[in-house]
Amino acid sequence: MTNPLKKYGDARKERIDQLAAMSDGSVAVADAGTIEEAPGVSLIASAWRRLRRNPVFLTGLTITTLFIFLAVFARVIAPHDPAIGYLLDKVRPQSNPIPGPEPGFPLGADNVGRDFFSRLIVGSQQTLIVGVFATLFGLTGGLILGILAGATSGWVDSLVMRAVDVMLSIPSLLLALSISALAPRPSQWTLIIAIATVQVPVFARLLRGTMLQQRSSDHVLAARALGIKRSSIVFRHMVPNALGPVIVQATIVLATSIIDAAALSFLGLGNPDDRQPEWGQMLGQAQQFIYDDPHLAFYPAACIIIVALGFTLMGESLREALDPKSRR
Amino acid sequence: MTSPANDRRKGSDTAPLLTVDNLTVTFQRRGQEPFRAVDGVSFSVRPGQTVGLVGESGCGKSVTSLAIMGLLPKRGNQVTGTVDYEGTNLLTLSDDDMRDRRGKDIAMVFQDPLSSLNPVIPVGLQVTEVLERHRGIKRKDAMPMAADLLKRVGIPDPNRRIKDYPHQMSGGMRQRALIAIALACAPRLLIADEPTTALDVTIQAQILALLKELVEDTGTALIMITHDLGVVAGLCDEVNVLYGGRIVERGDRHPIFREPRHPYTNGLLGSIPRLDTVGERLTPIPGSVADNLPWDHACAFAPRCSQPVEVCTTNTPTLEESGGRALRCFNPVEVAR
Repeated sequence: MTNPLKKYGDARKERIDQLAAMSDGSVAVADAGTIEEAPGVSLIASAWRRLRRNPVFLTGLTITTLFIFLAVFARVIAPHDPAIGYLLDKVRPQSNPIPGPEPGFPLGADNVGRDFFSRLIVGSQQTLIVGVFATLFGLTGGLILGILAGATSGWVDSLVMRAVDVMLSIPSLLLALSISALAPRPSQWTLIIAIATVQVPVFARLLRGTMLQQRSSDHVLAARALGIKRSSIVFRHMVPNALGPVIVQATIVLATSIIDAAALSFLGLGNPDDRQPEWGQMLGQAQQFIYDDPHLAFYPAACIIIVALGFTLMGESLREALDPKSRR
Repeated sequence: MTSPANDRRKGSDTAPLLTVDNLTVTFQRRGQEPFRAVDGVSFSVRPGQTVGLVGESGCGKSVTSLAIMGLLPKRGNQVTGTVDYEGTNLLTLSDDDMRDRRGKDIAMVFQDPLSSLNPVIPVGLQVTEVLERHRGIKRKDAMPMAADLLKRVGIPDPNRRIKDYPHQMSGGMRQRALIAIALACAPRLLIADEPTTALDVTIQAQILALLKELVEDTGTALIMITHDLGVVAGLCDEVNVLYGGRIVERGDRHPIFREPRHPYTNGLLGSIPRLDTVGERLTPIPGSVADNLPWDHACAFAPRCSQPVEVCTTNTPTLEESGGRALRCFNPVEVAR
C-alpha cells in the first residue's frame, strides 16, 4: 500500500519542482525578450499578445466567464426555486418515479419534484464558492509556509518542508476525505477547509522553490549590499518576483478544487442540506435512479467536467504563455 | 593634469578611509580541501582615491569585495584579517550594525545592470527605498531627491524616468540608475565590481567618465574591481594586481603601466591590442588558473610564467615593498631602458 502512495506523492513533487524551475528561466528570458522584441515590451504584455490569439485560452476564458456569470446571477436566471417540489404530485413511487420534461421544466424534475434545470443553475453557486474559497485559503496557507521556508534557511526551512513532504505523500483526495470526515457536522465550510488543506503543500513547495531562486539572484544581492532590511528584501524584492508561477498554479488548482469538491459531496461529505443544490451532491443522489433516468447523473457530471475543463484550459495556456521555453 | 606626481599627492596627504589588512577568505566545503580564495590581501583606500583590483577570473577580486561588504554567506566561508573603516573593524560588526552601514557608508555597484535591479519595482522607488532606509526620509519627500539623483548620473527626463520599470531602460541607463542608487546616501566608499563588463564600449566609456566625475566631485573613495586594464588606465590612482588570491604587484598607475615588474602584469599588458603597433601579434598568457601551484611552497604563477627560475617552484615569494611599489616575484621583468 505504501509504495504506490509514495510514487504518487513523488510524481506530484516532481511536477511542482518542474513548475518552480520554470520561473527562473522566465525572469532571464524576460530580459532577452525585451531586447529581441520592441523595447519596453514586458513579459506580461507579450504573453497577453500571444494569449489573445490562442484558441485554447479563449475557449477556457469563455467557459469560465459564462460559469462565473451563471453562478453570480443564478438566482435571477433560474426559472424556479430549486428548493420547492413543484412537480411533487407527478412523482410516482411505482414504475418510473422521475417526472419528465414538460413546459416550463425543460429537464424535468428530480425525485421530489424540484425543477432540475433550476437546480443545475443554482448548483453552480456552490461549486464556485467552494472552488474559489478553497483555492484562496490554500493559496494563503501555501504563501505563509512558502515564504517562511523560502525566506529562512536552516531548521525552519527543513521543518516546514518535511511537513509539506508528509502532506504531499498522502493522495490528495484521501487527505481531503480524512479531514472532512473529522468535522463534527459536514457543511460547505468543512469541504472548503478540507480541499484548502490539500492545496497548501502544493503552493508552499512551489513558492519555496521560486523564493530560493530569488534569494540567489543579482538584484537581491544588490538590495543586501544597500543594507535593505530583511523584511523588505523578502516582501519587496523576493516575494513579488517569486509569485508568477504560483498565480498560474492557482488557476489550475481551481479546476482540481472543483473536482475534489464534487467528489467529496458525491460521497456525502458536503453540505447535507439538499435545498441548496450542489453538482456533486446531485450526482450522488442520481445514483439510485441511474438505470431509469441517467440524465439526472449526466447533466451535473457534464457541468463539472466542462467547468473543470474551462479552468484547466485557461490555466495551462496561461502557464504556457508565461513559459519562455514555449515562446515562438 | 593627472600626472603621476599629482596622483601620489592625492593619495598621500590624508589618512586612509579603509584599510584591508591580511584579508583571507577560506571556502570550506564538506569532503573537499579548504580553498583559500583570498589569501592575505592588504591594501588601503584614502578619501578621493581610486584603487584598482585587477586580475583574471577566479583571482579573488569579487570575493574580496563581498568580504569587505560582509555579503559572503556565513556557512562554509571563513573570513579572517581586518577591514578597518575609520577605526572600526567591519569584520567584527554584528549583522545588524553591518546592515546599517551598507548603503550608507559603503555602497556597491554590481557587474550586471540587467539583473541587479528589481524587475517589478519602478526605478524611482528603488532609489527612494535606500533614502527611506538610511536617512528616514518619507517616500513623498524622497521622490524629488530620487529625480535629482537620476539627473546627476545623466539620465534625461528624470521626472518621467523615475516611474519607469527596469525593462523600459537601456543597459547603460540601468547602470546609471544603479550608480544613482549606490550614491543615494552619499557613501564615503564605493566598490564597483566590474561595472562596465556587461555594457558596450561607448557606454563603458560614459559610465567610467561618470564614475570619475562623481569621485572627483564628492571625494568618495572608490575601489574599482576589473579585469580590464583599459579601465584601470583611465580611472585608478593605485593598482593592485591579484593572482591566485594574492597581490602580486602594486603601484601607482603610471609606473605600473610604464614599467611592469611582475611577469603576470607584463603578460596582461602584452595581451591588450594597441593602436600604435599595427600588425603585431598579441602575446597571450598561456594556460589558465587551473594550472596554479599552491602558494604554500611555490609561486602560483610559475607554470604560466614567461621567465620562471628554479626557486619559483620550491619557495613562496613574499611581497616586497620599495619606493611606493610592491612586488611578489623572484625574477622580475627587467626594466627596459
